[in-house]
Amino acid sequence: MSEGDRVSLREFCAWLEATPLSLLIQTTTWVIPTVQTIHIVSIAVIVSSALVVHLHTLGLAMHSQSSAQLARRFLPWIWTALGVLLLTGTILIIGEPGRSLPNFVFQLKMVLVLVAVALTLCYQQPLRRDPVFWNASRTRRASANIIAVVSLCVWVGIVFAGRWIAYAIDG
Amino acid sequence: MDLTAFFTWLQQTGWAVAIRQGETLFPLIESVHVLAITALLGTIAIVDLRLIGVASRQQPISTTMAEVLPLTRIAFALAALTGGLLFASHAVDYSHKAPFIAKMLLLSVALINIGVFHLITARGIGAWDNELKVPLAVKSAGAVSLGLWIAIVACGRWIGFV
Repeated sequence: MSEGDRVSLREFCAWLEATPLSLLIQTTTWVIPTVQTIHIVSIAVIVSSALVVHLHTLGLAMHSQSSAQLARRFLPWIWTALGVLLLTGTILIIGEPGRSLPNFVFQLKMVLVLVAVALTLCYQQPLRRDPVFWNASRTRRASANIIAVVSLCVWVGIVFAGRWIAYAIDG
Repeated sequence: MDLTAFFTWLQQTGWAVAIRQGETLFPLIESVHVLAITALLGTIAIVDLRLIGVASRQQPISTTMAEVLPLTRIAFALAALTGGLLFASHAVDYSHKAPFIAKMLLLSVALINIGVFHLITARGIGAWDNELKVPLAVKSAGAVSLGLWIAIVACGRWIGFV
């Protein structure tokens, strides 16, 4: 980010922080803890869904069902949870723009979210046409394993980044 | 029972001091704690939603439990271990915080709920394993569990605000 970008981002945060909605969120004490709790519950939905889908790929869990069955069962939960996270996240940003938007760890978290979304789409789309897509060849099985490991690492990274935002706030 | 003397001793042990005074050790352990809790809540929810009859409806309850609960146990062990370390680092402080005490009380009730379900209610599983309409005791176990673990997460978050 250039110096000019940083100044205008901070100006935007200052403006946002002074809006009636932001002030309402800031001054109604139960809002931020409650919205954060909903945010965490939604993360729990994603972490557990990603765990069962990707640990299955790696042969470590959920042995009685196929990849396609598990994708059908659990990936919709990830998409719904992401919607709730977008909404709750937006409320948290509006309430505390200076804590999030200029924060490098927050920005990293957003990049990781985009990566996780891309990986999930990449895994899900072929399965819709062909339920055994990821089993059809050694290359496909290896690819699915890579997607599984990288996805799990990215989701873990997102959780760590989420917690670390609080520790990376500028003084 | 005044445990303050014990908590004072606990937070003065070498490792508790290291966690409290280190720059990254506390955030690191805390992040693992949050990760473990999300895995714990999420996997428990899979089982609870099946008990209530709203998800994983195509499989027997025993299958859902057998597949998911091993992950839940690992998540719980990790959450308990990291939680113990975090608590120890500021033991006296946490022991006086209402949200922390509430979290521990709710956790105890949640564990009792699990115990009652596995030791008593689930004895009759043969009769309702494949059903969506299950006895009230079974549905309640699932609903109570889900409510308790969400409340535990809420209390955990609340600790940081007091």
